[in-house]
Amino acid sequence: MSMTQETSAALPRRTMPQGLIAARNIVVFLTRSPTSLFGLVVLGLLLILALFAPLIATHDPYMQDLQNTLHPPSSDYLFGTDELGRDIFSRLVHGSRITLTIIFLVTIVVGPLGLIFGTVAGYFGGKVDTVLMRITDIFLSFPSLILSLAFVAALGPSLNNAIIAIALTAWPPIARLARAETMTFRQADYISAARLQGASPARIIWRSIVPMCLPSVLIRLTLNMATVILTAAGLGFLGLGAQPPLPEWGAMIATGRRYMIDSWWLVTFPGLAILSVSLAFNLLGDGLRDALDPKQMNRR
Amino acid sequence: MRLSRRRLNGLTEHGFSILITLFGLLILTFVIGRIMPTDPVRAMVGEDASREVYEHVYQQLGLDKPMWQQFLLYLRDVVTLDFGTSIRTGQPVLQDIARALPATIELATFAIIIGAGLGTPMGVIAAVNKDKWQDQVIRVLSLMGHSMPIFWTGMIALLIFYANLGWVGGSGRMSQFYIGLVPERTNFLLIDSILAGQWDVFWSALNHLILPAALLGYSSSAYITRMTRSFMLDQINQEYVTTARVKGLSRRQTIWRHAFGNIRVQLVTIVALAYGSLLEGAVLIETVFAFPGFGQYLTSNLLIGDMNAVMTCVLIVGVIFIGLNILSDILYRVFDPRTR
Repeated sequence: MSMTQETSAALPRRTMPQGLIAARNIVVFLTRSPTSLFGLVVLGLLLILALFAPLIATHDPYMQDLQNTLHPPSSDYLFGTDELGRDIFSRLVHGSRITLTIIFLVTIVVGPLGLIFGTVAGYFGGKVDTVLMRITDIFLSFPSLILSLAFVAALGPSLNNAIIAIALTAWPPIARLARAETMTFRQADYISAARLQGASPARIIWRSIVPMCLPSVLIRLTLNMATVILTAAGLGFLGLGAQPPLPEWGAMIATGRRYMIDSWWLVTFPGLAILSVSLAFNLLGDGLRDALDPKQMNRR
Repeated sequence: MRLSRRRLNGLTEHGFSILITLFGLLILTFVIGRIMPTDPVRAMVGEDASREVYEHVYQQLGLDKPMWQQFLLYLRDVVTLDFGTSIRTGQPVLQDIARALPATIELATFAIIIGAGLGTPMGVIAAVNKDKWQDQVIRVLSLMGHSMPIFWTGMIALLIFYANLGWVGGSGRMSQFYIGLVPERTNFLLIDSILAGQWDVFWSALNHLILPAALLGYSSSAYITRMTRSFMLDQINQEYVTTARVKGLSRRQTIWRHAFGNIRVQLVTIVALAYGSLLEGAVLIETVFAFPGFGQYLTSNLLIGDMNAVMTCVLIVGVIFIGLNILSDILYRVFDPRTR
């Protein structure tokens, strides 16, 4: 999937062919295990749904139809309608765009942030390391949902603020990982060679260390994405994430809660959507770990 | 046990780093509390207050002072355990939390018992049957627990086990009927009801506790399973296991007595950490089950913008988390003879 291709794209240009081969090998490895194949398929589906949402959706996700409220699933309304007569299937399809936006934005903030923090701390060591890791520790001393709650409470509830809050809480594990990786080859000969040739620390970190950290960081990001999806849905459920009428899955469950006893479809389908995406990320991350690093197979 | 000088130095350093983390925690909660868009003075005096009253409260809260002085005031409040009053309940925040926290502790304790009781054997079975079908099934089962949105599972479970089957109590901590019947002594309802000899209340409370606790426990069992599996794999591949087998011990004895015996210490620390992350699930599950615990207190105050209460809750969660980390460290030192 795109994850694996990103690995090769981010590597220096001259290793591109090898990178491509590696990417192909990884995909082949992943498709061989039924669980990671399931993850790949679900995430592929999510991508297709999000890209072609207007074509796939059968109704306008925001169109209210007060004649047809709480309509059970039927051929007209695949997953039924909600309390305002909006088609739940179409809302789920359009909701996939929100989910994908969250994933994308969190990734492009958390990945670089974690990498910079981790590699700088790991490469320089000493005081820099102590200070940076102390900051990481403080962020790690909260469960991510609680810290996101606090940030959203401070910034005001909205989808963008929820994304910012999640990004702010998701980088410390990445930084920890990047630091640990950096420490293992900080003393390697090829780093010393680069240093002796007069490369600046920034150049060494960017050209020699970051590419080495990328595979494990990507796995970690994939695994953490499941948590990110769940946190975003949880914030939406508590009314602190995406605001109505946006078809965010967690928020849909929150509004459906009132009608749950008589109209089970209102909460069931959005919940299944969240579950499958988060499960897909977990399964894929699990597979990627096996594929990229046999040493790490036994570790969490 | 004698404390050597090196060990003492290590402990001091450890304590010092904990203090720094705590201090950072305070800075973080202070900063988050400051960027709030809602006006704390308005929240206190209401919309209709006159300008003089507003100014008075503004100065009373110390908002006219420079930032560093405000932070010192905040530090003083924290050290003297003065967290102000909650706007919603009109009670001191600390008193509110003292009432709500025991409910969550009851919930989390039951959950961790279920989680560890489920996760440990699953992890051992998965490790022993590595890559066989048992391992695959357990992998999917535990990843399921890790992937489910717990607020949703809670609703579905309520729909099935309460509304349709009627096996368990519904939302709340006990049936409406029993509320106020038991005098609050410890605020742990199970203990209070036993102390008062009210067995009906006890069963009602247990009945209301079991479903949310089972769901929380299942979600935390994912982590415990995974860690147990990897600890066990490390042990199984070691030579003493082969030796034990060659010596004539049965497979079962080797696994449970020898290999499992060696991972107990690691497991205890993992369970302590899992206990902390239950707090996170508790926030959501308490909202679904209208369970009057810490999580519900936090979210209901969040929605009305009662920052005093919210930031105190966040601070307490942080302190509990750090405390559990220290505890798991200590447990490791106490139980693992190699660290002595």
